[in-house]
Amino acid sequence: MKPKHRTGKVMPTLEDAIRASSLKNGMTISFHHHLRAGDYVLNDVVRACAALGFSDLTVNASAIMACHTPLLEAIREGVVTGIECNFMHAAVGHAVSQGILEQPVLFRTHGGRPAALENGTSHINVAFIAASAADAEGNCNGKEGSSAFGSIGYAMSDAEHADYVVVVTDNLMPYPLTDVSIPENLVDAVVVCDSIGDPDRIMSGTTRITRDPIGLLIADYTARAIEASGLIENGFSFQTGAGGTSLAAAAYIGERMRKRGVTGSFASGGITGLLVDLLNEGLFTSLADVQCFDREAVVSIRQNPRHVEISASRYASPEAKSAVVDRLDAVILGATEVGTDFSVNVHTDSNGMIMGGSGGHSDTAAGASLAVIAAPLVRARLPLIVDRPQTLSTPGDTIDLLVTQFGMACNPRRPDLHDRLVDAGLPVFSIEELKEKAELLTGRPRLLKNEGRVVARVNDRDGDELDVIRTVSS
Amino acid sequence: MRRSCLFLPGNQPSMLQNGMVLACDVLIFDLEDAVSENEKDAARELVSQALLTLDFGMREIVVRVNDMETPHARLDIIRVTEAGADAVMVPKTVGATTVLKAASILDEAEEKAGLSHGSVSLILLIETAMGIEKALEAASASSRVSALALGGEDLAADLGCRRTKASHELYYARAKLVMAGRACGLDVIDTPFTDARDAEGCYKDACYARSLGFNGKLVISPHHLEPVHRAFRPDESEVAYALEVVEAMRRGKEEGRGAVSLRGKMIDLPVLTQAKRTIELAEASGMLGTKRRAPAKGDGEE
Amino acid sequence: MKILKKAQAGTLESGDVLVTVKPSDTLMIEIESPVARQFGDAMERSARDVLESMGIYEGAVHLADQGALDCTLRARLHTAIHRALQDYDADVAGSL
Repeated sequence: MKPKHRTGKVMPTLEDAIRASSLKNGMTISFHHHLRAGDYVLNDVVRACAALGFSDLTVNASAIMACHTPLLEAIREGVVTGIECNFMHAAVGHAVSQGILEQPVLFRTHGGRPAALENGTSHINVAFIAASAADAEGNCNGKEGSSAFGSIGYAMSDAEHADYVVVVTDNLMPYPLTDVSIPENLVDAVVVCDSIGDPDRIMSGTTRITRDPIGLLIADYTARAIEASGLIENGFSFQTGAGGTSLAAAAYIGERMRKRGVTGSFASGGITGLLVDLLNEGLFTSLADVQCFDREAVVSIRQNPRHVEISASRYASPEAKSAVVDRLDAVILGATEVGTDFSVNVHTDSNGMIMGGSGGHSDTAAGASLAVIAAPLVRARLPLIVDRPQTLSTPGDTIDLLVTQFGMACNPRRPDLHDRLVDAGLPVFSIEELKEKAELLTGRPRLLKNEGRVVARVNDRDGDELDVIRTVSS
Repeated sequence: MRRSCLFLPGNQPSMLQNGMVLACDVLIFDLEDAVSENEKDAARELVSQALLTLDFGMREIVVRVNDMETPHARLDIIRVTEAGADAVMVPKTVGATTVLKAASILDEAEEKAGLSHGSVSLILLIETAMGIEKALEAASASSRVSALALGGEDLAADLGCRRTKASHELYYARAKLVMAGRACGLDVIDTPFTDARDAEGCYKDACYARSLGFNGKLVISPHHLEPVHRAFRPDESEVAYALEVVEAMRRGKEEGRGAVSLRGKMIDLPVLTQAKRTIELAEASGMLGTKRRAPAKGDGEE
Repeated sequence: MKILKKAQAGTLESGDVLVTVKPSDTLMIEIESPVARQFGDAMERSARDVLESMGIYEGAVHLADQGALDCTLRARLHTAIHRALQDYDADVAGSL
């Protein structure tokens, strides 16, 4: 089907759109990761660029997922020579850690990425926006169609700031689309393809409450600690990730709100079915959704006006006139390593290999009144707490509390919180005591230091360099 | 305190580590049903190393050893006694014969480990029809016996009936076990609730067990710790009364009165014993502000 | 004593270690582990410690580690060696 329209935005192929965009070697193309592990669009565009003979391109994506390993081929061929992202899955991360890119990857945060576009430190030449529904002028959303993925929040800033905007859809709807997330006035071209993603993998897996007793114990302590902090009152707002432990903590917090008869104001971030349930029960008045994690969330954002789609900028940009994260009471976050100064690593594994990224970690930690790290004290003989994390992802002065299955440690700059936790009878230790408990079990790990060349730079949300990641020596 | 007695499979290192943080009163490291025949040696060694190395805090450490009729039983008892177990759980106990066998191996084990005689107690798991009928004989066969526990799954099989959630099939066995155990001043521990996903079912089952006189429950899933603790949590009014009883007795003693009455009723020794038991439960449930350990889900608050 | 027969103990589950012992003219210890960089030396020390305490001076030991704690490593190695020796005794007895 090739409908004819006055503006002629609809292009038959990605190649046509790329040609029309006047993309040149050395320029930056951008993507969003709402299709998660099911995304086809990034790979298809990079392949089209290769077919057209482009080289030296920089890929700026809100996240690089496990399905994006074809990027490695494009890197070897010189088509792509730079990556900027807020998160990078180990499938690509390990190759980066081994030095596949000459130019270091630039890591930002979910708030730092739109901020950099807003203040001009980052520029996108051509933005590719996957949409599960679009009309011929480029009005689009992620809520309708067989590839629906929900909120399109991360792509909104790309649409606003890129020189040229291409909407890629597998579901061309009659003009005008009524539920518009990104409006036509920002869109230059529309490409209709067979499929933007694998629907089974778009909403792939992590969004079930854990059954692991240790995860549940950590979740229980976390919920108790947040209650003890005194924040669970009317108007309470919070955010949690989609990991099993975070979800369990959210469920336990829901229980405590119910018992206290508290109505919260909003829950934000990546949204799961569990938060949708809390919304529908009336425990929260709204959801601020920058990304949907499961089908329940997608259905809800399509149907429920209280389930609000927000842009990455409104979510977390430090350049925005205000942002949702700054209204957060509590956030529950994960960590691969925590330093004795409460600084957190979520970028690299214990060997220093790239396997993640900040996402909204440091944005929410900076914004929330209470930032809690909830993580097991020991994973496969590796202690969580170290003198200094391999990579500094989130500064320690933005973290208030660390909760593990062996007890919790309060940041010394929060003596008020410490006293409340102790009064509630919770097992509170110093972070050094928790570290000792872990090392009693594991032994003291040998200190590793990677001294190779820099393969990635980690920027904080304000765009300042926090740390660098180096090649991993074996 | 033996409200919750959690089984951990003896040959799974990660599960043994969980024992350090799970909020149960008793940990039962299982060398019997949870371990296949050709892994008995490995589990024995793993549990022993864990007992020697890991800090399980205030929890009572019990090891369910293999059936006294197998060659494993002796090796199990000797090794875990040396490694510091507080008690040995004897499976398939049938009368005094089983108890005396276990007790005599324990005599030997304690001597080898340099422990004083009687340091390690016995918990008898009773799970056959003959075992139930001989419960009193078993309970009174050795001073080492500290508790009786019911194994409902095997018992139902032995009775030739279906094990149901309503568990009417266990009524006689439960009543008989409580009677025999309490007659000898022992703890009595109820059979586990087997549906790991049904926490409310477990709560009801544990409430029922408590109403019959059991003072604890075997637990096969960490998800059942919370409902079991909830079931054994005394009412505020029970606790208030128990505290009054103890206080009245104390004053009575101080004033040298023989008979003490409270709210117009005489208080005798059984009432005092019951009151003390309630206070212990209240303490364990975090109701009296005495922090035995970090509160767990199901303790305190609510 | 030397290892005269191949034997194994443990599993490849997370938190466990699969120990294989085999006959060899010298004492050899091979370690495969996701935490080899952090704990390889400690694992080798523990292995030598257990071997010495059991009087084993010849044999090849392979540790396929999945992040086992030290107590687990010691238990598995102990069991593997015990099995190697016991099986051998049983076989010798059986052949007589």
